[in-house]
Amino acid sequence: MGFFKKLKDKISSQTDQVTDKFKDGMAKTRDSFTTKVNDLVARYRKVDEEFFEELEEILISADVGVETVMTLIEELEMEVKRRNIQETEEVKEVISEKLVEIYYDGDDESIEKLNLNEDGLSVILTVGVNGVGKTTTIGKLAHRLKEEGKTVLLAAGDTFRAGAIDQLEVWGERAGIDVIKHSEGSDPAAVIYDGIQAAKSRGADVLICDTAGRLQNKVNLMNELAKVKKVISREIDGAPHETLLVLDATTGQNALSQAKTFKEATDVSGIVLTKLDGTARGGIVLAIRNELDIPVKFVGLGEKMEDLQPFDAHQFVYGLFGDLMVEPSDE
Amino acid sequence: MAFEGLADRLQGTIKKITGKGKVSEQDVKEMTREVRLALLEADVNFKVVKDLIKRIKERAIGQEVLQGLNPGQQVIKVVKEELTDLMGGEQSKIAVASKPPTVIMMVGLQGAGKTTTTGKLANHLRKKFNRNPMLVAADVYRPAAINQLETLGKQLDMPVFSKGTEANPVDIAKEAIEQAKEEHKDYVIIDTAGRLHIDEGLMDELHNIKEAVNPDEIFLVVDSMTGQDAVNVAQSFDEQLDISGVVLTKLDGDTRGGAALSIRAVTGKPIKFAGMGEKLDQLEAFHPDRMASRILGMGDVLSLIEKAETEVDEKKAKEMEQKMRDMSFTFEDFLEQMEQVRNMGPLDDLMSMMPGANKMKGMKNMQLDEKQIDHVEAIIQSMTKQERVDPSVINASRKKRIAKGSGTSVSQVNRLLKQFNEMKKMMKQMMGGKKGKKKGGLNFPFM
Repeated sequence: MGFFKKLKDKISSQTDQVTDKFKDGMAKTRDSFTTKVNDLVARYRKVDEEFFEELEEILISADVGVETVMTLIEELEMEVKRRNIQETEEVKEVISEKLVEIYYDGDDESIEKLNLNEDGLSVILTVGVNGVGKTTTIGKLAHRLKEEGKTVLLAAGDTFRAGAIDQLEVWGERAGIDVIKHSEGSDPAAVIYDGIQAAKSRGADVLICDTAGRLQNKVNLMNELAKVKKVISREIDGAPHETLLVLDATTGQNALSQAKTFKEATDVSGIVLTKLDGTARGGIVLAIRNELDIPVKFVGLGEKMEDLQPFDAHQFVYGLFGDLMVEPSDE
Repeated sequence: MAFEGLADRLQGTIKKITGKGKVSEQDVKEMTREVRLALLEADVNFKVVKDLIKRIKERAIGQEVLQGLNPGQQVIKVVKEELTDLMGGEQSKIAVASKPPTVIMMVGLQGAGKTTTTGKLANHLRKKFNRNPMLVAADVYRPAAINQLETLGKQLDMPVFSKGTEANPVDIAKEAIEQAKEEHKDYVIIDTAGRLHIDEGLMDELHNIKEAVNPDEIFLVVDSMTGQDAVNVAQSFDEQLDISGVVLTKLDGDTRGGAALSIRAVTGKPIKFAGMGEKLDQLEAFHPDRMASRILGMGDVLSLIEKAETEVDEKKAKEMEQKMRDMSFTFEDFLEQMEQVRNMGPLDDLMSMMPGANKMKGMKNMQLDEKQIDHVEAIIQSMTKQERVDPSVINASRKKRIAKGSGTSVSQVNRLLKQFNEMKKMMKQMMGGKKGKKKGGLNFPFM
């Protein structure tokens, strides 16, 4: 069975609604990516060095990390030789196959699931640099978990940015969820401590903690974050159950540096990729998974409450190559 | 981290060449390949890179590189010249309308830092040009965006015009300008809503605001960490609104900021300011030549030299050196020196500007804790004149008093005294060995 067919079967077994969300959200990404690959395939009949060079550029333009692209191209060249592929048309399938392979690297889809404590309080800590959409993501995630029937509580740990607490409260109101807060400028660890106590006494299922955005090269701020994490683990065994790094899909190579440094400070367990509904490709998540082994758990596909979707690498690649897949089956 | 500067990248190739005595076209090809990767890793758009490499190759093969003694350095030089050319000259002027108020419109994607930059720009206008700006909250969509601007306004003690989230942004902008005229404000800075740039609704809205208020400047605020997409962002905003300049934010991060080059290349519009931190006074004029160095990963040598030049008073430096020599260096001098270094800006910034600083072992994770320096300062300030000049008089009860006065503990005072003594010893060794060799002036060991 061809790879495209497998991918297609896989996706059609899921609800159409989710697939459409993904498809719509990534329309821009897919359009430009597919057009480019198709264009490339049309122009080069033969698979040669120049073909690979252009392919390399297409991948780089999707912000897939330089190193990952180099590895990918190398593997592709090998594969093409091994299978003795001459026609560029055939390469298309190998490309997407390799992309998914790079992403999973032997693991299965369970890496994408949110890891929650089934019988007791789960704590989710969100971290990230400034302006990636942490607070918005928390609002959407809280809404999502509430829809699943969980009781959710938010802790307004961003005590630094002007208006951050208000912003979280607006999201809390929209979702009908309480927010534990202190005043601006107070100690974030104290807010989160209070959040944990409140969640415990109310018997909440999930506590989501907001933190102030910080650039990863500010070591003092990173230490502050490590402290917040320590407070959480001290209060509840095995917490935080998830530490989510929120990443802006428009970010380039710096995302790797972000992932690495935040992982060192807070042992990041997953990524939320936001703003994927622009023309941004978010290809850097492939590099992050490849080089740092952190899976993506959610993607933000729009500005509405419902626009946070669980990540699925198959869907992601489908988003990139969706239109490519239709063609071969038509023949 | 994963980022290697161009200089490091070229090391291998250069080694090969220096052994050969003759540089072949193949070598140039290899070198430009490294240049290409370095630029791509810095997030410069691949199309921009392609054009650049083409030009560099032409220049390089056309002898310039081949004749030099150190071809590697020459390649870097050629690359840097090309980059600097592309970046254009320095331009941080802000328009002044013939009839006040001057209207500035801030536009950009979500999370780029528009609201913060609005506050910073207002602060800049007041501090540098003694202007009297008014801020306008026209972002009615993002929860608490108006709140955020109002808080900034309070911090700056500046008026913020807002009409809540129900009003139409175009009306808000128009009314704001009327009010600014009445109150004799000379600048109006409009903070608009950020969205994803493909959003036509937003673009229409921005367009309508532009039509209604006819701004003198439209600044596009861009996150310096933006990847390949920076080109699309800049292009679509420029096409729709004909922006007049760019503000690059979050440059205090460790991004190489190739986006700057891409934006400049596709729009031709100048990058005017750079956001260098979270505080409201951390907005700086943008230096294209330094950005070129940064993209290449060569460290911001120029910035550092300039900072050192303006802040360190030559005469004082000489006096200080003399004192170090004859061991008459006191806490008084120590305090003064600390202040000089501090005037150069946050210590982290200084460290990160030194080329190779992040390559040095131990240096990378060394954190200069500003708080600790505050403590040291407080301790010294709690000493009497006599104690500062002759620390040997400090006995247990004096230590207690100093600790109380500075809000620290006796052990902290002890530690400082010990460190100070060790420093003096070290100075003696350093100065003793090199006496007479160095000519005045303050020499940084890394330069």
